[in-house]
This record gives sequence, C-alpha cells and structure tokens, in this order.
Amino acid sequence: MKSQKINTVETQTVTIGEIAEQSVKSPAIELSGSQALLEALIIEGVDTIFGYPGGAIMPIYDALYDYNEKLNHILVRHEQGGIHAGQGYARTSGKVGVVFATSGPGATNLVTGLADAQIDSTPLVCITGQVFAHLLGTDAFQETDVINITTPVTKWNYQVTDATEIPEVIAKAFYIAKSGRPGPVLIDITKNAQIQKFNYEGYTPCNHIRSYRPKPIVRPQYIQQAAELINQAKKPFIIWGQGVILGSAEQEFKTFVEKSGIPAAWTILGAGAIPTDHPLNVGMLGMHGNYGPNVLTNECDVLIAIGMRFDDRVTGRLDKYAKQAKVIHLDIDPAEIDKNVKSTVPVWGDCKETLPMLTELIERKVLTEWHDRFKEFTRQEIEAVIHDELNPTSDEMTMGEVIKQLNELTKGDAVIVTDVGQHQMVACRYANLNKTRSNITSGGLGTMGFALPAAIGAKFGAQERDVIAIIGDGGFQMTLQELGTVMQSKVDIKIIILNNRFLGMVRQWQELFNERRYSFVDIQSPDFVAVAAAYGIGGKCISDRADLQPALKEMMESKGAYLLEVMVTKENNVFPMVPQGCSVSEIRLK
Amino acid sequence: MEKQEFNITVYTENQIGLLNRIAIIFTRRKINIDSLNTSPSEIESIHRFNIVITESEDVVRKLCRQIEKQVEVLKVYYHTNADVIWQELALYKVSTDVIAEKVSVERLLRENGARAVVIRKDYTVFETTGHREETDNLISILQPFGLIEFVRSARVAIIKDSEGFNSKLREFERLEPGEDVIENEYLNQGQKVFSM
Repeated sequence: MKSQKINTVETQTVTIGEIAEQSVKSPAIELSGSQALLEALIIEGVDTIFGYPGGAIMPIYDALYDYNEKLNHILVRHEQGGIHAGQGYARTSGKVGVVFATSGPGATNLVTGLADAQIDSTPLVCITGQVFAHLLGTDAFQETDVINITTPVTKWNYQVTDATEIPEVIAKAFYIAKSGRPGPVLIDITKNAQIQKFNYEGYTPCNHIRSYRPKPIVRPQYIQQAAELINQAKKPFIIWGQGVILGSAEQEFKTFVEKSGIPAAWTILGAGAIPTDHPLNVGMLGMHGNYGPNVLTNECDVLIAIGMRFDDRVTGRLDKYAKQAKVIHLDIDPAEIDKNVKSTVPVWGDCKETLPMLTELIERKVLTEWHDRFKEFTRQEIEAVIHDELNPTSDEMTMGEVIKQLNELTKGDAVIVTDVGQHQMVACRYANLNKTRSNITSGGLGTMGFALPAAIGAKFGAQERDVIAIIGDGGFQMTLQELGTVMQSKVDIKIIILNNRFLGMVRQWQELFNERRYSFVDIQSPDFVAVAAAYGIGGKCISDRADLQPALKEMMESKGAYLLEVMVTKENNVFPMVPQGCSVSEIRLK
Repeated sequence: MEKQEFNITVYTENQIGLLNRIAIIFTRRKINIDSLNTSPSEIESIHRFNIVITESEDVVRKLCRQIEKQVEVLKVYYHTNADVIWQELALYKVSTDVIAEKVSVERLLRENGARAVVIRKDYTVFETTGHREETDNLISILQPFGLIEFVRSARVAIIKDSEGFNSKLREFERLEPGEDVIENEYLNQGQKVFSM
C-alpha cells in the first residue's frame, strides 16, 4: 500500500513561531525537516522536551541548538527516564508531553513508557530518529523496526521519510495524542528527512481526521434513562476514574456528586478529582482500596461508573462483581462500554458534556441510611487497619505514619508521585489531595522505576507546586540514574524512600499465598544518602520515630532537591486486600 | 455463547502499517484469523478488509470495537454467514494429458462449475468459485487424476442489507457527522434499556 496524504479540513493557519511569521511574508521559505519539526512544537505550545541525543537524531539536536531559548530541553540519563518524565509533565500540566530519542536502543528504551502511557491514557508525542530511508531494512547501525515494535503500545505511530510530510504529521500527532481518550503517539523520522530542505508553508494545527472520532455523539435518551435509574435508586454508588481528570470535568463532576448526594469512590488514577476530605468521597476502590467501597459495590442497586474502565484490580472476580446492580457507564471510549462489565445504560460521550446533562435531570437525595453503611465500614476499617498503620505502637516506623506526617506539612496541596508496590498503595490510601492532578502514579502498567523520572517531569509541568516522590527501595534502584537529571537541571523535587529492605509487595504475596517462601525479594540497597550526595543532592536517613517530623520539615524547607530515606518495618502488609480471584466483598482486613 | 463463523468488514484509510495494527488485535488475544482479504474498495483511497474468524458474538463485538478505535479505521461491521453472500476463488493445476485422456474429468469439472483459465501442452489451470465445501470438493475429485497444485483465495463477502459506503464516507468527511454514521453498535435496538 502506498503512503497517502494526511486528511485535514477546516484548517486555520497559526503564526506564532518566528519562522512561521516570516513564512507569511515570504511563503517560499526553505527549512530543513528538523527546523520544521521544532517550529511545529512551538506552535503547539510546547515549552519543555525530555530527551537524549544520538546518531540518528543529530540533525534535530543540531537545529535545537538555535531554539534553546524557546524550547527547554531536559537532558535525561536514559530514554525510559525521558518518557516517564514526559508522562509526569503531561499528568500535572494537562498538556502533551514531548520526548526525543534516537533510533535503535534509544527508541526501544521508550517502549515501557509507551506501554505505561497507553494503558494510563497519557498524551505524549515521542519523536525518534531513524536511519536514512535508503538503509531501512538493511540491519544498519542502530536500526530497529520502531514502528512495528511500538504499534501495540501507541495510539498512533507514523514513519516520516520525506521532510515535506513533517508539518502535517506533527499536527496530526498532537491532535491524536490529546483528543478523545488521550494516548501516546510516536513519530519516527529518518535522518534524510531531518536534513532535507523543503519549501515550508507554515504550520496548520489539525482538528479533524475523517477516520477518527475522538468524541462520540451524546445521546440524550441515554442521559434520560440514566437519570431515571438514579432517581429511582435507593442505594446508588458512584465510582470514578481518571476520565474525570483527563476530561477536565472536575467541577462538573463535583456538582453532579453534590446535587445527587450519592457516595463516591475512586480508582487509583481518579484520586484527587474531588478532595480527599470531601464529605461524599468515601475512599478508594480495588485490591487495596477501602473496606466500604469494595463491600458495598456488591450491595448497591445502581452503580454509576464515570471515566473508569473496570480494571481487574478494581473489580476482583468479575462474575461476582456488582451482579445485583444496574450499571450506568459513562465513558468517552466506546470500546470500554461492556468490555468487562455489562452496562444497563451506556452513556457514551465526554463526561464534561454528559455530566451537566445528567446533573440537570437528577433529584437531590438524602440517603442517610446508605451513608451510614459506609460509615460503619469505615469505623471497622479504622479499628482493624488504619489506626495501627497511622499510629503504630511498635518501635519501627510504618509507611502509613510517614504519609500521615507528610499530610500535616503539605496540607494536601503537594503533587504526590509514587512508584509501584506497597508504598504506592499506602501513599494512595492515606495521602491527602486537595487538588486535581496531584496523584501521579503508574496505575495500569505498574511500572517500577516510574516515580523518580515522573516526578522530574511533574515538577516541570507544575513549577509552582511542591512535588514529592515517594518511592520504595526496589523501584528507586531501577531508575536512580535520573538523579543526574535532577542535579544538572536543578529540579526541585523531594524524594522520600520508604525502605523496608524487601521487594515488599511480592514479599507480602509470598507470605500470604506462598507459605512465606521468600523467593528473591530480599533486596540490598546502597547508601542512598551517599548516592544522593554524590550527585550534590542533600539528604538524610532516619529510623527513629522522633526524627520523622523534623526530618520531613527539613526536607520541605530545604532549597532544591532533597532525598529522605525512612527505614520502615520490614514485614508489614498492606490491608485491606482483595486476594486475586476473590470477589470485592471477600476483602480481607488481615 | 456459541462460537460460529463471523465476517468482519473493515473500511480503512490506505495506510502503511494498518494491516499490522489490525492483525495484532487478534493475535494479542490468541485468536486465529481463518481468512483475511484486503483490497481497494469501490471508493478511491479507501481499503476494505474482509476478515473471517470463528468466535462467539460477544468476543467479535469487542474485537470490532477495538478495531474501530484505531485512528485510520473508518467503520467496522460484523455479520454471520447468513447475513452475507460470500465466495472464495480456487485455482487447480492438472496435467493436460490426463484431462485429454479421461473424458470423465471434463464432466466432473463441468458439474463443479469449473472453467479453464490456461491450457498448455503440459498442464491446464482450472478455476472455480464458491463456498469452502465446494472448492474442497473439487480437490478430492481431482486428486485421483494427479492434481499438481492448488491455491485458494481469502473470502470476499457482500453484506446483504448494506447500502454501500459512499454516502457514509461523505458524512465522515464532515466535522459534525450525522448520527447514522456514529450509531451505537452495541445498542440493542429492540429494547429501550439494556438488559443485563
């Protein structure tokens, strides 16, 4: 099949970049593919790029030399770090994260981040260099079939072999990455196309592709049906996910929840869409979520799922999930409707549009008895789990008490970036979040090593906010080379390592399900404070409770980056827990 | 739900790499593609895939939504064999000497609707179209007469109640397309509210 023209209609020419302005005066301006790419990024409003140079992307880096004032390029230490930083940036800023990498190993190092961004719907545009077009398929130096490797983990990808394609392809890339259900896009540009000069006629952002429907049409009859079900419900329950945040529908969602008076629980990526202490926020769903939201999922009569995709970590055993309930599913992605849980009413559309329509039709409700059910479960959970986790009497510290002390300092205003494992579950369960876009974590893919680079990106995406990375001793060692990026780019992030000297989550499973056969979870660590010091980053390691509050205070007040290592109980388990293969109502408190 | 043959029709842009993007939707779920045909449609620049798989309707519906989600896919339909008219084309190469000698062969070919495409001194190529059983049947008939080579095409299928894609494409090209283009494929039209 031949390559073909990109289809865009109803276009408008934007002239923000200097050269774009000139191009209006003299349309025949000659640019290289690399220059055209950078012009496109400027017009798309890109301010920060995370990247790493190499042979096949050198012409783009050469052009970047002259764009240094407009485009802030952050040199990372590994391409995986670059893409996770791009993800962190996208998640706090709501903009598209941009990542540069070279061909071959540079591009393959992006794959984990692409998979992570794909499953967590993070908008990214990744630019990879590629060998000269005439060398494609010859096993040339640093040649990899990047398009085919990344096809399953990108929303869209495309190989550019001719510079004239660049403006249209980049326009399409940004449009696809950020519209509808967002996702990562990868553009592979051969070296000849980067060098090639062509007649640049300005840049036109894309707003329509005929084969692509980012937003389904809202059907008023479903809104009507959904409202009827909600109005008849005696025990309605709202569960929400990241869709509310991705759709910038936090306000619309809050209005809906408050008018309805219905208890609402969140998936890990939905955290913070309404504040943690909101009276209708009843907590977290899923495997290590709160007791009430899990058990009562199997008791509610109408389940209203908003911008979430019924991941197996949320539903537990599917054939015993909410079988008694009528399910209303609001989602922008038609492929999510009925994928895992059959819906009674599918409300297909952008929740920023559908939620206000629904809010208008629903009646204000008082559900005192139903709320009391949640309160009773909360009381039981506090008694069995939370109280001891946050106020331990043992000599050793728990992860929970660290988060509790941190809450007092941040007042819930900080961006909390977590890695993957026990510390992630504890942080997500107990961190106070007052604002949206405050919880940055690898939810769907569970990528250890995510937090440090994502925190770097998160800080660039939200410069005025405090960014705190909470990381386990295992995950930190996966990407600790990014301390080099923190050092060189003077990234003001606070790093807390919760060190239990184990790969804690796997150890917990081995304890509970493999008769304590601790197979390769006993991990040794270097002197993290000394490692940080080697990068010129201040730090401290504490193991006494008495030091916790002052150390956290010192960390928050220190100028620039800081690493605080907290030694915590070795063999603590995260509870409650829905064991794999069990129903959400079979959640265990111990 | 019981497994049966489904014919999946996909209208796409003509884009390099799209075949792989569609194929991996099946392979990721370890679903075998029984037959795959891709060729230009009646509309310039639009390609049409015909994919045959044996699965339950529930699985097929989910697969179709995943395919339709791809940026360069315009529309996906799925149909049972009862909903389509379908054909496969088969070519058979046999020795011309054998045909010439045995009168019965000619009769058998005629009975099976085969026609000669090429007749050479050394071999003759016959062609037939039909359902799988029909083309298979001719193989077993020709086998005793020294069938030299056989090849069968992928399935092509016409949707019985389709009104074609021309008018739909014009809708796709509009910024705000009409509802009939973006119909809710999953909606059970017979019921106002979904049943569990």
